[in-house]
Amino acid sequence: MNKSIMIVGVGGQGSLLASKLLGKLLLSEGLDVKVSEVHGMSQRGGSVVTYVRCGQKVYSPVIDKGGADCIVSFEKLEAARWIEYLKKDGVIITNTQQIDPMPVITGAAEYPENILDELSSKVKVDALDALSLATEAGSAKAVNIVLMGRLAKYFDISYDKWISAIETTVAERFVELNKKAFELGYNY
Amino acid sequence: MKELLIGNGAIARGLYEAGCEIVSSYPGTPSTEITELAAKFDDIYCEWAPNEKVAMEVAFGASLRGKRACCAMKHVGLNVAADPLFTLSYTGVTGGLVICVADDPGMHSSQNEQDSRHYAIAAKVPMLEPSDSKEALEFTKKAFELSEEYDTPVIIKMCTRVAHSQSVVELSERVVPEMKPYEKNMQKYIMMPAMAKKRHPFVEERTQKLTALAETSDLNREEWGTGEIGIITSSTSYQYVKEVFGNEASVLKLGMINPLPVERIKNFASKVKKLYIVEELDGIIEAHVKNLGLQVEGKEMFSNIGEFSQSIVAEAFGKEIPAFDSIETAVPMRPPVMCAGCPHRGMYYVLSKNKITVLGDIGCYTLGAQAPLSALDSTLCMGASVSGLHGFNKAGGKETEGKSVCVIGDSTFMHSGVTGLINIAYNGSNSTVIILDNSITGMTGHQQNPTTGYNIKGDPAAKIDLETLCKAVGINRVRVVDPYNLAECEAAVKEELSVDEPSVIISRRPCVLLKSVKLNPPVKVDRDKCKSCKMCMKLGCPAISMHGGKAEIDKTLCVGCGVCEQLCKFDAILEGGAL
Ligand SMILES: Cc1ncc(C[n+]2csc(CCOP(=O)(O)OP(=O)(O)O)c2C)c(N)n1
Repeated sequence: MNKSIMIVGVGGQGSLLASKLLGKLLLSEGLDVKVSEVHGMSQRGGSVVTYVRCGQKVYSPVIDKGGADCIVSFEKLEAARWIEYLKKDGVIITNTQQIDPMPVITGAAEYPENILDELSSKVKVDALDALSLATEAGSAKAVNIVLMGRLAKYFDISYDKWISAIETTVAERFVELNKKAFELGYNY
Repeated sequence: MKELLIGNGAIARGLYEAGCEIVSSYPGTPSTEITELAAKFDDIYCEWAPNEKVAMEVAFGASLRGKRACCAMKHVGLNVAADPLFTLSYTGVTGGLVICVADDPGMHSSQNEQDSRHYAIAAKVPMLEPSDSKEALEFTKKAFELSEEYDTPVIIKMCTRVAHSQSVVELSERVVPEMKPYEKNMQKYIMMPAMAKKRHPFVEERTQKLTALAETSDLNREEWGTGEIGIITSSTSYQYVKEVFGNEASVLKLGMINPLPVERIKNFASKVKKLYIVEELDGIIEAHVKNLGLQVEGKEMFSNIGEFSQSIVAEAFGKEIPAFDSIETAVPMRPPVMCAGCPHRGMYYVLSKNKITVLGDIGCYTLGAQAPLSALDSTLCMGASVSGLHGFNKAGGKETEGKSVCVIGDSTFMHSGVTGLINIAYNGSNSTVIILDNSITGMTGHQQNPTTGYNIKGDPAAKIDLETLCKAVGINRVRVVDPYNLAECEAAVKEELSVDEPSVIISRRPCVLLKSVKLNPPVKVDRDKCKSCKMCMKLGCPAISMHGGKAEIDKTLCVGCGVCEQLCKFDAILEGGAL
């Protein structure tokens, strides 16, 4: 299984945990795995991107334009920002949440109104209100795991393996909450 | 056991397995996790030093006393530590000494894009360059061996994509070499002219021996391909080359970037039809290869700016790159911003409002340069705000003294701001220095520093008293303000700018992201009272936006700092819990 997945979002949304989960899971499948993150500046509410790649042998830790099988986006504008990185037959899984970036807040730019429609007219988009689902699971912070649940739909890896990866990745007191969040995303 | 580790984690693991016992570093992206993760091993003594020069000298002392030691820093940190480095090359080591330096091609979080490989060449010190986590771990262990065998510090050069990419590593046990006995050795360790003159030939000889090593060592390796071209490469560029060519091209992968082999390169060149070099930033391998009189293509095809990727490599070789879809709508940028409730914001608002010239420094507070605050006039390197302001005022005299300040964070002040302040006191400029004391090293992800009262492990430590320190260096006017109180900040700034002597304003409030900080409930907007004047928008707070002509607060972001409340002339912003 060769896969290239991008996890994109806004600094502070928990993309690092999602990539950690994914990395662990793929490693336990006996695959070669590379996960590339950028720390530092980008955590301060900026646009963040993580690359996850797996296969028999993975060389490059990054994904280029037209290289991602799947883009998991924690915020819809970020899905639009990275669309060019999607493979021709790839899929974007996106949270429908809107978080205004500073240029929009200051009025220097506008948040594009029908961005999801425009995306859907170009590529395959699987959009869900992950924030509500996470809140339903017990915490708005679980958006990342809701989206991983959705991503699982596109993988040939059993539900149980995902769950055990969650169990070994998140702190014990959050396991139940995250299992629930995962399930809500998966069955959405 | 197999594990996924980021490159920096692999170095930390390598330090552990190699029996390294002392690590002293100063944080800096993308190097910080080396020390943070090393500190998780109880067997390694780790510390945050006030700056990189101190860190390297601590590592020197530990090596002198016979233990394996390490220091880690980002590329610009090596500028600060360059002084000890160049002479450490002469003294050599007793216990193995490894210096980790992390470059940032593409400048994900740096003020420049310098190529640290120049330092290894200039200081005549061996440099290893891993291309993934597995190599980062192996090379760290190897570096200690080389250090002791060849009597030299060894640099491990990382870059963002190796430092911050997780890949698979194989773990093994820790082996601590026996501590070397201490023997006074003046010829080796006292670098005054008579002795240094004798050590320099040793350094030259060592380079010859290391070059011989490079000819045979498995740190460098040939991967013979099926095609006719040959590519010399290293670090993350190697990964991109392999991604594009697989086994099609022959590759000479260099793990030791200084010194470079000679015969091995000639031999490789002789076995391929056409020779290329793929290296990020400067053409260092290329210059070496061209010096050998070989025909090679490198920087004609590749930029010396920014980082590479598989598509950049593919395109340069005329190979096809994947197609993709685009959209027409312009996507607004999402730059990093100061957090909601950031204590730096209040002071910046006051400076911006009063149109004060602000010499800035490096930290989260550099983000105050962005609209709408646009509060900064310059940012050069750590510490330069304080010394720069002195020069600015010496040049500008009365005209600038009354309307210019500098701003510097607590960690940055400890790093290299205090020396500038000593200069202000000693050489007498009428300068106003603002220390933005948020009780943590924020930008690099919350490291303790000498002003916080805690060490790297989070245990209580001596706490530098900034007021006393500033007074001790000769500043008589030192005052503390709360940046959440705009009136207090404005009064202090105006008063200190108007007096005829140097002064320090300490703008003190801990970073809101610290766990110890108690947050207030989010503020609320009374939509009837809001007159849409947008005064609150001048703060550039990510929690405030305008919707339907009225100010709106994002409850998930607002921490109730109350600064916007103070700006609202119509009392439309109310404390959380009210309404
Ligand atoms: C010589 C050098 N070392 C390290 C860094 C990385 N770095 C940038 S800002 C910073 C510290 C900022 O801390 P502080 O001054 O307390 O400001 P804060 O971010 O907390 O506002 C560091 C370590 C650098 N840019 N230059």
